[in-house]
Amino acid sequence: MRYLPHTKEDIEIMLSRIGISSLDELFPTISENCHSKKLPDLPEALTEWELCDLMNIYSRNTASGTKYKNFIGAGNYEHYIPSTIYYLLERSEFLTAYTPYQPEISQGTLQAVYEYQSLVSRLLGMEVANASLYDGASALAEALLMAIRIKKKKKVLISSLIHPHYRQVVNTYFKFTDFQVDEIPYLENGLTDISILNDTDDVAAVAVQSPNFFGCIESLKSFSEAALKKDMLFIVCFSEPFAYGLLKNPGSQGADIACGEGQSFGVSQLFGGPGLGMFASKMKFVRNMPGRLVGKTNDLDKKRGFVLTLATREQHIRREKATSNICTNNSLCAIAAAIYISSLGGTGLQKLAKLNYDKSEYLKKKFINAGLPATFKSPTFNEFVVKFPKGFKSLRNSILKNKIIPGLCLEKYYPELSDHYLICATETKSKEDLDLFVKEVLS
Amino acid sequence: MKEINEINLPDDLKYSKDHEWARFENQYVTIGVTDYAQDQLGDIVFVELPQKGDVFKKGDEFGNVESIKAVSELYMPLGGKIFEVNAAFENHPDLANTSPYEKGWMIKVENDNADNINDLMGKDKYYKYLQGIE
Amino acid sequence: MTKKLDDNLNVEPLIMEKGKKGRCAYSMPKRDIENFYLNKDLKGSELNLPDLCEIDIVRHYTRLSQLNFGLDTGMYPLGSCTMKYNPKLNEQLLACSGFSKAHPLVPETLSQGALQLIYELEQYLCLITGTDACSLQPSAGAQGELVGMLMICAFHKAKKNVKSKIIIPDTAHGTNPASASLCGLHPVQIKSNKNGILVPETVDKVMDDQTAGIMLTNPNTLGLFEENILEISQIVHSKGGQVYCDGANLNAVMGIVELGKIGVDVLHLNLHKTFSAPHGGGGPGSGPVCVKKHLIPFLPVPRIIKENNTYTFCENFPETIGRIHPFFGNFGVMVKAYAYIRTMGAKYLKKASQLAVLNANYIKECLKEVFYLPYDRPCLHECVFSDKFQAKYKITTLDICKRLMDFGFHPPTVYFPLVVNGAIMIEPTETESKESIDRLIDAFKTIANEAKDNPDILKKAPNTCPVKRLDETKAARQPLLSE
Repeated sequence: MRYLPHTKEDIEIMLSRIGISSLDELFPTISENCHSKKLPDLPEALTEWELCDLMNIYSRNTASGTKYKNFIGAGNYEHYIPSTIYYLLERSEFLTAYTPYQPEISQGTLQAVYEYQSLVSRLLGMEVANASLYDGASALAEALLMAIRIKKKKKVLISSLIHPHYRQVVNTYFKFTDFQVDEIPYLENGLTDISILNDTDDVAAVAVQSPNFFGCIESLKSFSEAALKKDMLFIVCFSEPFAYGLLKNPGSQGADIACGEGQSFGVSQLFGGPGLGMFASKMKFVRNMPGRLVGKTNDLDKKRGFVLTLATREQHIRREKATSNICTNNSLCAIAAAIYISSLGGTGLQKLAKLNYDKSEYLKKKFINAGLPATFKSPTFNEFVVKFPKGFKSLRNSILKNKIIPGLCLEKYYPELSDHYLICATETKSKEDLDLFVKEVLS
Repeated sequence: MKEINEINLPDDLKYSKDHEWARFENQYVTIGVTDYAQDQLGDIVFVELPQKGDVFKKGDEFGNVESIKAVSELYMPLGGKIFEVNAAFENHPDLANTSPYEKGWMIKVENDNADNINDLMGKDKYYKYLQGIE
Repeated sequence: MTKKLDDNLNVEPLIMEKGKKGRCAYSMPKRDIENFYLNKDLKGSELNLPDLCEIDIVRHYTRLSQLNFGLDTGMYPLGSCTMKYNPKLNEQLLACSGFSKAHPLVPETLSQGALQLIYELEQYLCLITGTDACSLQPSAGAQGELVGMLMICAFHKAKKNVKSKIIIPDTAHGTNPASASLCGLHPVQIKSNKNGILVPETVDKVMDDQTAGIMLTNPNTLGLFEENILEISQIVHSKGGQVYCDGANLNAVMGIVELGKIGVDVLHLNLHKTFSAPHGGGGPGSGPVCVKKHLIPFLPVPRIIKENNTYTFCENFPETIGRIHPFFGNFGVMVKAYAYIRTMGAKYLKKASQLAVLNANYIKECLKEVFYLPYDRPCLHECVFSDKFQAKYKITTLDICKRLMDFGFHPPTVYFPLVVNGAIMIEPTETESKESIDRLIDAFKTIANEAKDNPDILKKAPNTCPVKRLDETKAARQPLLSE
């Protein structure tokens, strides 16, 4: 077996050095009634060639991305990924390395992550970013828990226009704590109802997603001012960070914590995971931040170097008093994002973000001209909601047959919006694609 | 790390089992961590202290000391109200390493009870206590 | 490899220190639609991000990678990390475009391949662990532990029992108490005995009707099998508790022990350890949770249902703890674990465990004259030494492990578990050959001699790496976390 180097001779020599005569004798501490009586009933081992054939079948049966024009975003976005990213991430020194606890032989990972932290801080307009969390959902949960620790209060408010799955994950994290999560309703214009903040008391933080789940851009500045008045922290979360290549960033609008999903930056869609939890905050909160942090320092020869730092907040030292239980994070995805952001550059990112904005504005305009205006009047980025004509459900199947996935039906998440669809158009959709989509809906 | 007989223990101080020292002066008690504590912790990188005016009972956690490899809670060797907090720690967390008994003092507490001093150990008793740990 | 330093004594300039405004390393798509108006109140200011061309990017990250040691470079004998060889085939399979461009929310009829793979992987993990159902949603071991703890709390709540404590051994990984705390459970620590394992009496003493159960690791972090697990789980069960097992060390017992059949109610696995998915410099991972029948109602949703030959997602489980992942788990990691299991089959998985244990015991026997072995008994896939013999030369575990890097090895796990002072935990895994293990043993023996004859070289180590020992105190006192 090509992954197991031991020859019969190797095994014999090693057994004799230990003083036993068979591999079975290696387990004297496992009693008879703990020992399995037979091997697990797994399928027989496949050769490399058989496995490739099998996986090709599975891949073909999951081929919606390549065969279909997909107009769903909702937290997982199709963006072009340059071949340089795949190439560089395949470098085994990045891919097969362990967590950089031994900095002298991990300067590659450490510097790459330090650069990632820097790029994310700059993009989000925040003072410090961590080395990644798992995904946008758990990042939000961690942000709320962090605010609770800082403010020493037990209640948090979250907008009902935060991605439904993120809100579900927050509820799971909070299930057996004695903290309270309340949802803020939304208004007719597709934005979160800020007036709710006037009647609140004793709240640690308010969290708003922008662009929100409907794609609408929230009034972050108003929220940060209202939050400050009520002595609560202001958390901005996001599922599409491309927005901040174009729009005013959370830091400039007064966010105390900015967190969200970074998959759009160079991470393949991969059926929803792994993603990338981006997390940033004001520097004064850094000791309360979950996750790893890479810091700059010097070595014995005064060379610049990087190390994991402020580790005493983390589980391996603080244990039950840790800021979080996180150990393994999404490091390689963070490096992918750093390479992607650097490949685009500040100039390129702004240009591409504007192109994304324009693609969805074009599609929105086409729908308006066809008599299907956007449900919400507020400005949007990349995603928007449209009410499709009655009887669309049956039409939908024929659209699918034409290899178009016409957005995400909102009925499941917002029952009051049962005929409304969340549509996403990124730089990957050509004008022809957009025109054809509208044509199919109308036919 | 130091040997026990290398640990510096001034005569005029009282000591607690949690490795804090206390200097009783009129109605105030100055508190810090002992030479043993700072030696065990290694390079101290951050010290979290309470606010002036905070009130604690004996044995309450009043702050913590962070080194690269550990975080150690600080426990009140006596109850009382915090009268003064050493602000120098904000920029010089290493004061507890370099001068644990002088510049590295952490808090001053109002001594509300003359008996408080009796609950703590003298230098010799604390030294014996350290020998028992090692 | 010698690196030229720039004027500022930097091994490699930062990416922000490179590039020139206007450069781009990205092929900008053609604009086929008009420019649309964007309200200037919404528009952000210019981005303060570097502009680079493609060769800048490729050179920068290639050179950074050369500063790194990876598993493909050399051995990582890291205890409790299971740094086994990452098969390249599994990386190639992930590049199948059906997978890389799969959106999780398209109609299920279009995702049958992915759903089938996840479903089958769940089945295989249940077979390997002797359990009844599995969720692949958790993104890493720690999140798996959280899910396990949440499920135990939900189980107790459903029975209208209030629990406030959980028993955790002194050898547990730090994520265990951290995860328990997130569920409002106060950890009650118990000590292992002089043989490094838990005994029933210790558990019995603390197990009461306020205690939700026990979180143990088996094999434990000393590389020892918790021999009393059957009796311990009986005690916990009889007093109304549940048994959680941290399965990070499963690599020692595949095909040999089924944890679900020896008293464990819920366990987590690490696909990026036992099942060969790469570590990526810190992640991503995957931490599936496997449960016995009585805990099935509490599993995270959505779950995959198979009917005839069709796979669908179902959320209709009223007692579920809820969702833990924004979608369905780290599919990209699952594909690699799936490929590994299909490549090895049951026979070779068992062989892998046997050889992992063989390698660790061989190292233990060869090094125990040279380094202090606190538990001189048969170990499983890892063994723990300490720096006790070297203390008289004022040499510590830290010095030993830094010197090991000069010999071309990544150091073992150090200063963990906490029950051994100056612990050195070595896990070779089964993918290391006898030659590479003999080289590791020789390196350790050389270092032991150096400790005696030339301790200075250890104190100054490493000497041959891109940087020398770094000032971690300065990094923590004056954190510089971005530029």
